[in-house]
Amino acid sequence: MVRRLLIGAAVLFGLWVLDRGLTAGLNPYFYRILVLSGLNVMLALSLNLINGVTGQFSIGHAGFMAVGAYTSAAFTVYAAPRLAGGTPEGLLAALLFIPAIAIGGAAAAIAGFLVGLPSMRLRGDYLAIVTLGFGEIIRVAILNIDAVGGARGFAGIPQLTTFTWVGAGAVITYVVIRNLLRSYHGRALLAIREDEIAAEALGIPTTRYKVTAFVISAFFAGAAGALFSHYTYLHTNSFTFMKSIEVIVMVVLGGMGSLTGSILGATLLTALPEALRFASADRLIIYSALLIVLMIARPQGILGQREISFSRMFGRFRNPAPEARGTGVK
Amino acid sequence: MQEFLQQLANGIAWGSIYALIALGYTMVYGILRLINFAHGDVYMVGAFTAYFAARAIGAGGSSPSPVYALIVLLAAMAACALLGVIIEFFAYRPVRRSSRLTALITAIGVSLLLENLGIRIFGADPKFFPQLVAPKRVDLGGGVVVTNHQITVVVVALVLMVALTLFVTRTRTGKAMRAVAFHRDAASLMGIPVNRIITITFAIGSALAAAAGVLVGLTNPKIEPLMGIMPGVKAFVAAVLGGIGSIPGAVIGGLVMGVSEYMVVGYVSSTFRDAIAFIILILVLLIKPAGILGRNITEKV
Amino acid sequence: MFRMRTLTRALVTASLAAALVLPLGCAKRSNELVVGVYGSLTGSTATFGTSTKNGTELFVDNLNTAGGIGGTKIRTIVEDDQSKPEEAATAVSKLIEQDGVIAVLGEVASSRSMAAAPICQQAGVPMISPSSTNPKVTELGDYIFRACFIDPFQGQMLAKFARSTLNMTRVAILHDSKNDYSVGLDTYFTEAFRALGGTIVADVAYSEGDQDFKAQLTMIKGKHPQFILVPGYYTEVGLIARQARELGITEPMLGGDGWVSDKLLEIAQDALNGSYFVNHFYEGNPDPLVQKFVSDYKQRYGANPDGLAALAYDAAGMLTSALTKLHDEDPKAFEALKGPRNDEQKAARAKLRDLIAATKDYPGVAGKITLDAKRNAVKAAVFIGIENGHYKFVAAVEP
Repeated sequence: MVRRLLIGAAVLFGLWVLDRGLTAGLNPYFYRILVLSGLNVMLALSLNLINGVTGQFSIGHAGFMAVGAYTSAAFTVYAAPRLAGGTPEGLLAALLFIPAIAIGGAAAAIAGFLVGLPSMRLRGDYLAIVTLGFGEIIRVAILNIDAVGGARGFAGIPQLTTFTWVGAGAVITYVVIRNLLRSYHGRALLAIREDEIAAEALGIPTTRYKVTAFVISAFFAGAAGALFSHYTYLHTNSFTFMKSIEVIVMVVLGGMGSLTGSILGATLLTALPEALRFASADRLIIYSALLIVLMIARPQGILGQREISFSRMFGRFRNPAPEARGTGVK
Repeated sequence: MQEFLQQLANGIAWGSIYALIALGYTMVYGILRLINFAHGDVYMVGAFTAYFAARAIGAGGSSPSPVYALIVLLAAMAACALLGVIIEFFAYRPVRRSSRLTALITAIGVSLLLENLGIRIFGADPKFFPQLVAPKRVDLGGGVVVTNHQITVVVVALVLMVALTLFVTRTRTGKAMRAVAFHRDAASLMGIPVNRIITITFAIGSALAAAAGVLVGLTNPKIEPLMGIMPGVKAFVAAVLGGIGSIPGAVIGGLVMGVSEYMVVGYVSSTFRDAIAFIILILVLLIKPAGILGRNITEKV
Repeated sequence: MFRMRTLTRALVTASLAAALVLPLGCAKRSNELVVGVYGSLTGSTATFGTSTKNGTELFVDNLNTAGGIGGTKIRTIVEDDQSKPEEAATAVSKLIEQDGVIAVLGEVASSRSMAAAPICQQAGVPMISPSSTNPKVTELGDYIFRACFIDPFQGQMLAKFARSTLNMTRVAILHDSKNDYSVGLDTYFTEAFRALGGTIVADVAYSEGDQDFKAQLTMIKGKHPQFILVPGYYTEVGLIARQARELGITEPMLGGDGWVSDKLLEIAQDALNGSYFVNHFYEGNPDPLVQKFVSDYKQRYGANPDGLAALAYDAAGMLTSALTKLHDEDPKAFEALKGPRNDEQKAARAKLRDLIAATKDYPGVAGKITLDAKRNAVKAAVFIGIENGHYKFVAAVEP
C-alpha cells in the first residue's frame, strides 16, 4: 500500500516537473493542445468503459462532461471563497481544486446512475436514444440556470487547470479503468458485452454491473469536465451532441475495448485537426466518412481489443506470451 | 379554452409531419432492426430538393400554383427515394450482419455526412422556401385560426398514410415486406427477394420523408441543413410510442408527439420543447415498451 | 507497474510526437502585416462567421488593391472555431503563436470573444470584436476593443423608443433563450422599460433554429400586449412575424440590430409592416460610403451584406486606420510590426493599442465610431420603421 502511494507521488512529481519544463519550453499553443489531448484521453477512456467494454450504447457523453464542468465551476466560484474566507490564491486555490473536481465527478456519477437505470429495460438502440436525449436535456437545463450564466456562459472561473492536473487525471483514469478490467468486475462487464442473456443466466446481476459501468464512466467524464471548465470560458456550446460524437470517433478509431487504443485515438484526433487546419471546413465530412468507412472496413479500429504493450512486443523474441485479455470475437 | 383548441389544431398539423417521417422509421426498423439516424436528414434533403426544383421551374412568388407544388413534391420524393436506396446499398448493406452497435454507428456516420455535405453544398445559411401556394387564413370557429397550408399538410399526410397502408396490406410486395419484417431468414427461404424488398422499403420510407420535407417547406419556409436532426429523433420516438413496426401506430404516435409538443411549449415553457420527446420515450419504454399498438416481441436467445 | 510507467512514457511520447507534427513556426515576413481573424465558420452559428469573414476580407482586399498602408499589404489568416468557446481560444492561440499575428479580429458571439480575449490580452495582441455585445468582453483587458454598441445601451434605447416615441406601456417579449445576445438585450430592455413605468405582460422564450412559434404566440395573444419585443436574429424573426399574423395578432413588433438582413423582408413579406428595429446601417442610406460597400459586397459575394458583415468591415477599417496612423507617426514602430516577435514588436503593439483606443469619429458603414474609455463603440442607434415592405428612417438616438 505504501509502495503504491510512493509510486503515485513520484508520478505526480514527475508530471509537475514535466509541466514546468513544458511551460517554459513549449509555446502556449502546443501546451494548450497537450492539455486538450489529456482531457480527451479521459473522455475517451471513460466512454470506452461503456461502449467498448460493456457493449452498451451511450451517445450522450458530453452530458456527463457538462454536469461535471458546471458543478465544479459552481463550487469554485460560489463555495470555495466561502470556505477560504475570500478568494483563494496559490496553494489554497490548488487545494480547493481537488474537492471541486471530486464534486464535479460525483455529480456526473449521479447523473450516470440516473441514465444507467433505464438500461435495465432498454434494448441497445433505445438506450442510445435515451442517452442522446439525456445529453440534450442536460444542456438545455443548464442553459436555463442563470446562476451559472445560462446562455451567456459562466464568467469568472479561476483558470486553475494545468498540464499537471490533466496529466494526473489521465493517469488516474487509465489506472483505475485498467485495474477494473483486470478484476472480477471487469470480466463480468466483458461477459455482458459478449452475450448479455448468457451472462444473466450465469448469475451475473447484469443491471447492477451495467449501472456501475455508467457511474464510473460518468465520474471520469465529469472530472474531465471539471478540469475543462477551469481552462476556458464555460458555455454550453462546448457540450453539444457533436462533442459526444467526437469522443465516439476517438474510441472507435482506437478500437472499442482497447484502452491504449482510446489514448491513441484521443491524442490523434486532438492533434491532427490542428495540423490539418487548412482542411477545417471539411473536418466534419472527414469524420463522418471515417466513421462509415471504419465500420464497414475495419470496425475494430486501429488496435481492436489489443493493448499496446512493450513487454509483449519485445517478449515475442523470447517466448510468445499468451493472450491474457477477454475472448476475442470479431 | 380557445387557446387550448388553437394549440391542439396547431399540434395536429405539426404532428402530421412527424407521422410521415415516423412511417419511414417504423418500416425500416421493422425490417432491419436498425434506427436509421439518417432518416431525418433525408427529410432535409427532400426539403432542399424541393427548394431548388421550385426555383428551377420558377414557381412561387408572384405566381403561386398548386400544379407547381405537385411537380415539386414528386421531384423531391423521387430524388429522396433514390437517395435512400443509395444509402442502404453503400452504407447499411455491408454492415447488415454486424453487431447492432456497428450498424448504429454507421447510421450516425451517414447522418453526419448528409448534414455536413448539406452545409458544404447548400451553404449553412437558411434558405426560404418560395410561396408555392398563397397563404389564406381559415377560421375554424371558436376563435381557432389555421392556414390553408396546415390543412393541406394534414390532408396530404392522411392520403399518403392511407395509400401506404393499402399498399402494405393489399399488394404482394406489401405482403413480402411484412414477411421480411416478421422473420427475414424464413422469408428468404420462402423465395422472397429480401434485398429487393429492403431496397423498396427504403425507397418508400425516404419518399415519405421527402414529402414531409416539402410540406414543412410550405408551412414553415425556413430550411437549413441541420433542420432534420430534431424532427428525426422526435419521429423516432413517435414510431416507438405508436408501436415500432406498426403503421397506424406511427400515425398515432406522430399526432401525439405533435400535440404534446405544442401543449408543453404553450403551457409550460419552450425550453422543454425537445425534452418532452425524450421524457415520453423513457415513459413508454419503462411502462409499455411495445408502444400503443405494438406487440410484445420476446428476445430469442 | 512496469506497464504503467511505460504507458506514461508512451503517452507523453505520443503527445510530443503529435505536437511535432504540427506546422512549425513562422519565418520573418517581408513587407506585409499579418492579421488574424477567427470566427464560427462551421457549427451551429456558421452563418455569423461567414458574414464576418466576408466583410473583413472585402475591406482588406480593397485596401490592398489600393496599395495597402504605405505600400505594405495586409495578410489575413482566418481560423474556424466551430462555434465553440474552447476552440476560439485554441484558434487565437494558434494565430498568435504560430502565425505571429499583430492583431486579431473577432468574434461575433460574446461567449467566444470572452474565451479568446484573455489569450490576446496576455500576449499583448490587440483584439477588436466586430459584434460582441456583452459588456463583460472589453472588461477583460485594455487590449480588447469592440466596434459595436453594447447590450445595455441598446436595451435602454429600445425602452426609451417604445415608451416615449411609440407611447406604449404593455409589452410582451419573445426572446431566444439559447442566444446570449437575445438574452442580454431582453434583460437590459426589461430593466429600462420597467424603470420608465412600463409593464412586461409576458416574457416567453424560443430556441434559435426553431421553425414554429405558434405555441408561444398563442400564449402571448392571450395576454393582450400593445406590442411585442423580439430581440432575436432575422432568421427567426421573419417567421415569427408571419406566424403572428396568421394567428390574428396585429400588434406591431420591435427589434434590435439582430434583425438586420436583406432576407428579413423576404421572409416576412407584409407581416412586419408597422414594426420597428434598431440598425447601424441600412442599404437605403444614400451615403456613398455605404452604397459602395453594398455594391462591392454584392458583386463579390452575390448577396446583400447583413449587419454582421457591415460591422466586420468597420472593425477591419478601425484597425487599419490605427495602423495607418502608426505608419505616419512612428515609422520605426510600424516596421517593427512586420518583423519577428521581440521586445521592439511588443512595444509597437502597445502603441497600436493606444492608437486604436483613441479612435474618434471613424467613418464606418455602420455609423461613425468613437471608442469610449471602456473601449466600447459610442454610436447612434438608428431606428428604422417598416412600411409597405420598405424601410423608412424614423429616428437616430444619440447616447
